[in-house]
Amino acid sequence: MTAWEPVIGLEMHVELDTETKMFCGCAVTKGDPPNTHTCPVCLAHPGALPVVNQRAVEYATRIALALHCTVPARNVFHRKNYFYPDLPKAYQISQYDEPLAVDGWFEYRVGDETLRCRIDRVHMEEDAAKLVHAGGEAGRIAGSEYSVVDFNRGGTPLIEIVTEPDIPSPAAAREFLQQLRALVIELGVSACSMEEGQIRWDANISVRPAGSDELGTRTELKNMNSFRFLQQALEAELPRQAEVLEAGGRIEQETLHFDPDTGLTTPLRSKEEAHDYRYFPEPDLVPLEMDPAWVEEVRAALPELPAARIERFVTQYGLSRQDASVLGAQRPLAEFYEQVVAQGVDAKPAANWTMGEYLAHLNAAGLEPGHGFVTPERLAKLVALVAEGSISSSAGREVFARMVEDRAEPGEVVETHGLGQISDEAALEELVARVVADNPAQAEQYRGGKQQVLGFFVGQVMKATEGRANPKLVSELLRKALA
Amino acid sequence: MSGVLDPLRLKAREAKRLLVDGEVSAAELTKVYLDQIAAVEDRVHAYVLVTSDNAAKYSTKIDREMQAMRGPLAGLPVAVKDNMVTEGVTTTCASRILHNYAPVYTATAVRRLWDAHVVMLGKTNLDEFAMGSSTENSGVQVTANPWDLATVPGGSSGGSAAAVAAGEALWALGSDTGGSIRQPAALCGVVGMKPTYGAVSRYGLIAFASSLDQIGPLTRSVYDCALLLRHIVGKDPHDATSVELPFEVELPEGDRLDGLTVGIPGEYLALGIEPGVRARFDETVALVEELGGRCVEISLPHTEYALPAYYIIAPAEASANLARFDGVRYGHRAEGAADLREMYERTRGEGFGAEVKRRIMIGTYALSAGYYDAYYGRAQRVRTMVRRDFARAFEGVDLIVSPTSPTVAFRAGSRTDDPLAMYMSDICTIPANLAGLPALSIPCGLSDGLPVGFQLIGPAFSENRLLGAAHALEGALGFETAPSFRDSSASAVAGEARS
Repeated sequence: MTAWEPVIGLEMHVELDTETKMFCGCAVTKGDPPNTHTCPVCLAHPGALPVVNQRAVEYATRIALALHCTVPARNVFHRKNYFYPDLPKAYQISQYDEPLAVDGWFEYRVGDETLRCRIDRVHMEEDAAKLVHAGGEAGRIAGSEYSVVDFNRGGTPLIEIVTEPDIPSPAAAREFLQQLRALVIELGVSACSMEEGQIRWDANISVRPAGSDELGTRTELKNMNSFRFLQQALEAELPRQAEVLEAGGRIEQETLHFDPDTGLTTPLRSKEEAHDYRYFPEPDLVPLEMDPAWVEEVRAALPELPAARIERFVTQYGLSRQDASVLGAQRPLAEFYEQVVAQGVDAKPAANWTMGEYLAHLNAAGLEPGHGFVTPERLAKLVALVAEGSISSSAGREVFARMVEDRAEPGEVVETHGLGQISDEAALEELVARVVADNPAQAEQYRGGKQQVLGFFVGQVMKATEGRANPKLVSELLRKALA
Repeated sequence: MSGVLDPLRLKAREAKRLLVDGEVSAAELTKVYLDQIAAVEDRVHAYVLVTSDNAAKYSTKIDREMQAMRGPLAGLPVAVKDNMVTEGVTTTCASRILHNYAPVYTATAVRRLWDAHVVMLGKTNLDEFAMGSSTENSGVQVTANPWDLATVPGGSSGGSAAAVAAGEALWALGSDTGGSIRQPAALCGVVGMKPTYGAVSRYGLIAFASSLDQIGPLTRSVYDCALLLRHIVGKDPHDATSVELPFEVELPEGDRLDGLTVGIPGEYLALGIEPGVRARFDETVALVEELGGRCVEISLPHTEYALPAYYIIAPAEASANLARFDGVRYGHRAEGAADLREMYERTRGEGFGAEVKRRIMIGTYALSAGYYDAYYGRAQRVRTMVRRDFARAFEGVDLIVSPTSPTVAFRAGSRTDDPLAMYMSDICTIPANLAGLPALSIPCGLSDGLPVGFQLIGPAFSENRLLGAAHALEGALGFETAPSFRDSSASAVAGEARS
């Protein structure tokens, strides 16, 4: 029985958040009435010509540089020819053998491991229009009576990022895409909204005997827009291919459809009937000359990227790589954390509170980092209260919950709910004496050398004070009383 | 005043003087051409659409608002080839597929003329999508050559050339992809110029072959050619391939060619030039020397490959450019198709003529997987060689001259069944398109009573040199255009020479 390992490559499409379309001056919008942002160029009227959106080139270059790609001195647009009503020119202006950028890499985390995936290329193109199938069930083409076209989306700048087949597992593919998406968001070039279909991806997968260097025949999963389904689809395709090969069969190079209901992949169309796109250089556009000085400007203006920030969190704040990854992966949470630290509290407890109570609160409330009542100042105050011993950690959690619920300052919560830590030595001494007197057997054990019984006494005192006693002081007093 | 104006001989330069001096009004001038259209158009068929009402109204407005509507071209009537979109004015490209298409915008070159208060007389006929050399491929009508109505006016700008020759327009815009301005200009005895690629915006020019197409003037004199050209050139933000000329287009005045070295490419003269054309060409070359120029023989060794390369590159680009005519958004749509594919196939099957289909097929084939390198890739390498030929030649000469067309106007129908014979009509003009160079044709005499064209080709952006030399030659040639409207195929001569 051969052990099979998957080889996965990904192509990610990202719609850029430029103000205008890739080749004309129409606004890029979401949710406006159909066909309200069109012109002779994006409707492909006779005689209309494309003009490259400079901002889109800048955004694409940002992505390319963040992926450590080489940006050649020039790139060339090509026409990709096929007929479909969502493609008014009947060709898509895309890039082919001279793309914007080549040969980069992206590092991403899977569990404790950092994996590096080579990036084959980053190129620019335009999005198609949106087809709406009417008269059938649930907007599907099958059974619909007619279709209408909304050209508002047609011509939106689109970036395609193509990886080398370096991704070792379905789970890694999912991590890769999620972290790449976070990077693109970080770069400020696209919100990468999943609902609005701003990012879509294709995956290709082949299997080979574990340890082999050869690449098998691959199948393709096209136009996916859910991380979960991608992982599921790849997980379904992997044993399917292995089974075919085990049985002495041959993998057909084909495009597959994944049905999340059945969990199965089924052929959509085979490569033999695939389009011949008849690529040729777009004669309406001159090759784009990339001024190296301009490229360097774009590089210098790149924001701090997640990988670098995680590294900085480890060195600057002394966080574990694990914690730094949680806090540093996305800018909004990272910024929130750094603002908490900036209030003068220690970095480690600040990290624990941010990753613990705060993140749980965000998830429960469906909030983005930095939004809602819990500001960095308020969380920092809470962290400080715990740090200076005014409240215990467990009381701190309660203060956090009440702070959110009552929209009250942490200090007020401590006061109104009497959550302050009892550090009054006289009061505690009395209590300690009573607990020792009430449990003579355990006291005997302790005196007889069984040190761990101390924990039992601490627990009794905490119980009596509803957890508010200063545990350090309690231990001290107990040792004295039991001596 | 308009009664004495002869539309067969009046030049824009003179018409402008008359307008400025108040000797004729814009409305009167426009009427001269509308009257001539009324008189001869049923024989010439130069126009797809005559916008007479608009022209009359607009010229009257120009007269009324003379202060506000001034400018060097104000009130001068122009004809526009019907492959340039004009907002609100049907633009057909002489194709059934666009028979009902009303553009929502105006081509930049036309817009610049409108902004200069030029009066548009109408839209002129062409080979469908500018694909042809005789205007017989028009899906609308066949245009006749005013010099002999039984012959073709050339193409694809045959309507514009015939309109200017027949006095149905003072001047006209055409487009030139492989000779489509120069060849009909030669066959109709007028001046026609293809500027340097990029000099005139292609925005709104319905694309045939994007890397070759250029808009240019067809006029009755070289001076007029320069005058019209200077108002249509310039960088256009809507056309990424357009450029700002590094100079102002000068209005030529000189009559000498002193110090000018002119190259005569032996390869062009080996291209089956008919004797009458050769004779006029040789006489004109002699004239160059009389005017002080020096003629030298040169070699453009890759000339024989230019035509085949052109007939790969142009159809390849056309196959993509014409793919947008799919019946979805505008133009003709086939009725009753059962599904999308059938709608596409029938729309395009019904909408395009035979020559357009032939070129779409050739171009699609040439770009197909497995054939790209052998055809399109190789044709592009030939194009580079043709370009280098010219670059090398221009190290030693200022201009290159040749016959514009190997023959004079040929009889209608004589080449329609033989595409290759038709393609040969452009053999002298195609290389300049492949190299992106400016070139113009001037009439240099008659052969069998039909005009012969003399072509001058210059380096990129040598428009002023070209126009200057052509102007000097034109003066020495003294060719006064006046077609007879005879019909050599008819028993009775239908001609009516207005003199």
